[in-house]
Amino acid sequence: MLIVGVILAAFIETEKLTKCYGTVKAVQDLDMRVRKGEIFGFLGPNGAGKTTTIRIMTTLTKPTSGCVQINGFDVVKEADKVKKVIGVVQQHLSLDRDLTVKENLEFRARIHHLSAAERKKRITELLEYVELTECADRMIHTLSGGMQKRAAIACSLLHQPQVLFLDEPTVGLDAQGRRRLWDLVRRLNMDGTTIFLTTHYIEEAEALCHRVGIIHHGRLIALDTPLALREKLGLVAVEANVNNKETHYKYFADRASATRYVQSLPATAGTVIIRDSNLEDVFVELTGEKVGGA
Amino acid sequence: MPRFLNDVYSVFWVDLRNLRHHWRSTLATSLVQPLLYLVAFGYGLGGGISLEGVSYLAFVIPGIVALTAFSASFNGAASKLQVDRFFYKSFDELLMSPVSIYSIIIGKALIGVLRGFISSSAILLVGIALSPKLAISPWLLLVLLSSCFVFALFGVLATLVINSHQGMSTFSNVVLLPMTFLSGTFFSLTQIPEVAKALLYALPLTHSSSILRALALDAPFPWLSFFILLSFGAAFFIGCVLALKRASV
Ligand SMILES: Nc1ncnc2c1ncn2[C@@H]1O[C@H](COP(=O)(O)OP(=O)(O)OP(=O)(O)O)[C@@H](O)[C@H]1O
Ligand SMILES: [Mg+2]
Repeated sequence: MLIVGVILAAFIETEKLTKCYGTVKAVQDLDMRVRKGEIFGFLGPNGAGKTTTIRIMTTLTKPTSGCVQINGFDVVKEADKVKKVIGVVQQHLSLDRDLTVKENLEFRARIHHLSAAERKKRITELLEYVELTECADRMIHTLSGGMQKRAAIACSLLHQPQVLFLDEPTVGLDAQGRRRLWDLVRRLNMDGTTIFLTTHYIEEAEALCHRVGIIHHGRLIALDTPLALREKLGLVAVEANVNNKETHYKYFADRASATRYVQSLPATAGTVIIRDSNLEDVFVELTGEKVGGA
Repeated sequence: MPRFLNDVYSVFWVDLRNLRHHWRSTLATSLVQPLLYLVAFGYGLGGGISLEGVSYLAFVIPGIVALTAFSASFNGAASKLQVDRFFYKSFDELLMSPVSIYSIIIGKALIGVLRGFISSSAILLVGIALSPKLAISPWLLLVLLSSCFVFALFGVLATLVINSHQGMSTFSNVVLLPMTFLSGTFFSLTQIPEVAKALLYALPLTHSSSILRALALDAPFPWLSFFILLSFGAAFFIGCVLALKRASV
């Protein structure tokens, strides 16, 4: 039989992935697939289990139960093969802050077995790529937050990973630094790298990610494109403030039905706003909480 | 084998680079303490005393050399690894690289070996200047080097097993400090009660200082102590392997 249509290969696949720390269930029964070539966003509030998931995927932590395959290899049993295709920029950057940018790159190139000639070439290329050529000989601790992130990204790319994990890459960056980093991530993705990034910024997930998984208390509660997630809820949101006390939210498929609803409200309704819905609305509706905490 | 050695060097390389940026303060840190011991115990206390047939100064210098080898190697390896594990988290990068855990362990110990060997050799030179009767031989340097290796592995092991900065500082005050003073470094173990003796001979530093003293004072080579010292090294290495295999929590 002929199967018509494109089957998008799963590059990362988890099955009932669970991690407990004592009684804390950091990740619970996680089932998801990340496709080759996409920018996948893992969105969730503090403590949701994002870092834990990344640490399991990158072989640093062993799952309590369940499994993860990357490129068809099991992260626990075939860690050596997984290590070859992954690169990570951890939440804490994991750079040696008392060394220069170049020394950090050199170190990472060495432990990934690049030859002296390859090291020289890749380091020059990558410094250029992340726009840090002028800062090559500066100590990491003298760089701005944005520059440190870019240095960490360069370090993680030396061995040409097929998938790059970015754990909250834009936390602590100013608006400009964030945009610049987004551009870098897009460029990397265009050049063929699958991206798995975590964030608790709604705009980031919307602006950057092809698909978004929402994680809450260790559980995956939704997974789709930002548009599809909003469509399920309604693309148009109405915020109606009643007696200046509570704001009520309602969602509609289009502006026309939203307007009809607003017109049906009693005159006492107070301020009413009609706007496009966003992922924050999706998150709040699914969990009853705000992403940044109450 | 070339891959193994190459990896060991790569792991060591980054610590060497670090030392290059900070060598003055590092050297000063590890020399001040033993020099104080030398002045306080060797000159101040032991001016006229003699022990086991030699002047106390000649007796205590090998002990202080061993002690320096111990604390500089242990701390040299442990402090850098602690920073890598708990603050920079760059140790994670090693674990995610294709470098084997054996290369990681040896590579991470080497910075301790280097720092321990430099510091203890410096103290040895000062010691010889103060007490010219001390014999210095290739054997002595070899034992010193192996002691540094054993103690550096001990430092790596402690850092891998103790999972916090707080825990490390407790360990160093409760276990290491008593060990540096009691392991036959400052006094002779011949007159102390049997029970205490048995306890002290279960510590690696005791063996290191007794071999170094025997060599420096031209006494017969204590093979048993040498063998025990190396066994400690092997045990520490195996401990590191187990700790790293179990790690990843
Ligand atoms: N090593 C650990 N030991 C004990 N508990 C842990 C450990 N690591 C994580 N946890 C717990 O697991 C849960 C998930 O933590 P995780 O770091 O994965 O969250 P996160 O989504 O990355 O949060 P953040 O946005 O703050 O980085 C938290 O409750 C946390 O306290
Ligand atoms: Mg996190």
